[in-house]
Amino acid sequence: MSAPSTGGASRDGYGSALLKLAEDPRVVVLEADLGKSTKSCLFRAEYPERTVSMGIAEQNMMLVSAGMASSGKIPFASTFAIFTERAFEQVRNGIARPGLIVHICGSHGGIHTGTDGSSAQSIEDLAIYRTIPNMTVMHPCDDLSAEELTLQLLNHNMPSYTRTARNKVPRIYDEESVKKIKIGEGNIIEDGNDVAIIACGVMVNEAKIAASKLANNGINACVVDMHTIKPLDGKLINKLAEQCGCIVTVEDHSIIGGLGGSVAEYLSRNKPTPLEMVGVNDRFGESGDTTELMSHLNINSDAIVNATNAVIKRK
Amino acid sequence: MEMARKCRIDIVEMVHKAGAGHPGGSLSAIDLIVGLYGTGFRFKLDEPNWDDRDRFIMSKGHASPAVYSMLHNLGIISKNDIDGFRSLGSVCQGHVDMKWTNGVDFSAGSLGMGLSFGLGCAIAARMDNSRRNIWVMIGDGETQEGQIWEAAMAADFHKTGNLNVIIDRNRIQNDDFMEVQMEIGDIGKKFESFGWKIIEIDGHNMNEITKAIDLATNDLERPCAIVAHTVKGKGVSFMENNPSFHGKAPNDDELRLALEELS
Repeated sequence: MSAPSTGGASRDGYGSALLKLAEDPRVVVLEADLGKSTKSCLFRAEYPERTVSMGIAEQNMMLVSAGMASSGKIPFASTFAIFTERAFEQVRNGIARPGLIVHICGSHGGIHTGTDGSSAQSIEDLAIYRTIPNMTVMHPCDDLSAEELTLQLLNHNMPSYTRTARNKVPRIYDEESVKKIKIGEGNIIEDGNDVAIIACGVMVNEAKIAASKLANNGINACVVDMHTIKPLDGKLINKLAEQCGCIVTVEDHSIIGGLGGSVAEYLSRNKPTPLEMVGVNDRFGESGDTTELMSHLNINSDAIVNATNAVIKRK
Repeated sequence: MEMARKCRIDIVEMVHKAGAGHPGGSLSAIDLIVGLYGTGFRFKLDEPNWDDRDRFIMSKGHASPAVYSMLHNLGIISKNDIDGFRSLGSVCQGHVDMKWTNGVDFSAGSLGMGLSFGLGCAIAARMDNSRRNIWVMIGDGETQEGQIWEAAMAADFHKTGNLNVIIDRNRIQNDDFMEVQMEIGDIGKKFESFGWKIIEIDGHNMNEITKAIDLATNDLERPCAIVAHTVKGKGVSFMENNPSFHGKAPNDDELRLALEELS
């Protein structure tokens, strides 16, 4: 087992949450030969009798989880985000349709994963899981919030998909502020009135950087951590639209169907508001260093500044 | 065999009334299901969702009429329930669904998933030190799904002796005979090579069925696969071994003929 990384990688928060959840004897962990990467290895080391190794067989893992959920267990099943997608129909038909409460964690989501290249860079996971009825979809921004949201899943009454990221990013929360977050409620990180930047995952940090660049130009941005993509916090989006009059969404994910898509759907039906989306623009990723790739794919703080300048003109 | 005969009548009537459904694979499977419920399968008639019941996971979920007819003849669901088969709001959905029907342990319909689900139930039972036995029924065509073999491998690795599968070896799948579509060959040998204990039987011989179920129930060392050689459409002459009755309802005349043969 590799040493757990310290600091702000959301996968670390998932791993430490599993250890805390172990107190509940119903909690079981399933892994598909990527426990060292997803950090379920921490649970496996302490509770081997409650860890089920499935080998490299994701479809089987999803239905084994469903069977265990039907027998009174609370399964947490994890692998790379991209490989959960291989078992999409199993999640749809085997877990969500009968309403079995299985919590899936897809780590190494997004192009942030970097040099592994496009086969490992899931940029559509949030979109596909969001289409499943009664499925909660989350993408926390740092280790502390990933831990807190994972802990809250213990009493969650529907199946869920949580995307975590491989790399460390500066923490958005501290031990105190993270206690306020709740599944299904977006969280204002920095308040402002000129534009609302709604971000998720590793892009919350980029949104903060963009906000400080914008502040130098006299633009006050409101930065929001929308860690829950579904159910979407429509109440907050409504308030942000009123307060700021324009919105930028930011995600390490395709602009189709993820956070940007969700916010666009909400706004167009409830409160038409100028919107720009920062995300992967309908293409696959490629190998590269994370920072290089974010620049190459136009999903960094500069891209957020440009999108903000564009959307403010449309107010 | 009286119970199986009554179930066969329910099956053809249900599918005829709905104007749709899968009589062939229901009729091939029904003797096995009747045999299972009659041979030490632990459940409570008045408490179908009892936590510590044995599980019956019908993975070939299109053969739902077979399951519904069994539950009806056990008194767990009503005549009215089975009369509603496939209609809006009915507890008898097109494919078996644990969310809709008392006594159903799995939501099937997409082939290849039930063995994995059963494996999950078996691992959970062992964690709970429960004596629950887990029974999964799959079709022979269903073994073309790769996930079946993922589950077969994992059941051996996890030594789930409380998991048993019954394979309805009727040799016909949706479009045609398996030998035309994708013949799997010696299924028993394949499961055996994955570490399973194999029992081959005539899937319409009640004596062989109950013996095999007893044997599998009492073997807690290894997962067991009962390869049950069956005839698709068994009991209705014009449906027997006839691929066109995989997923087709009998018309009025065909129903009358079928009922004559079954009475």
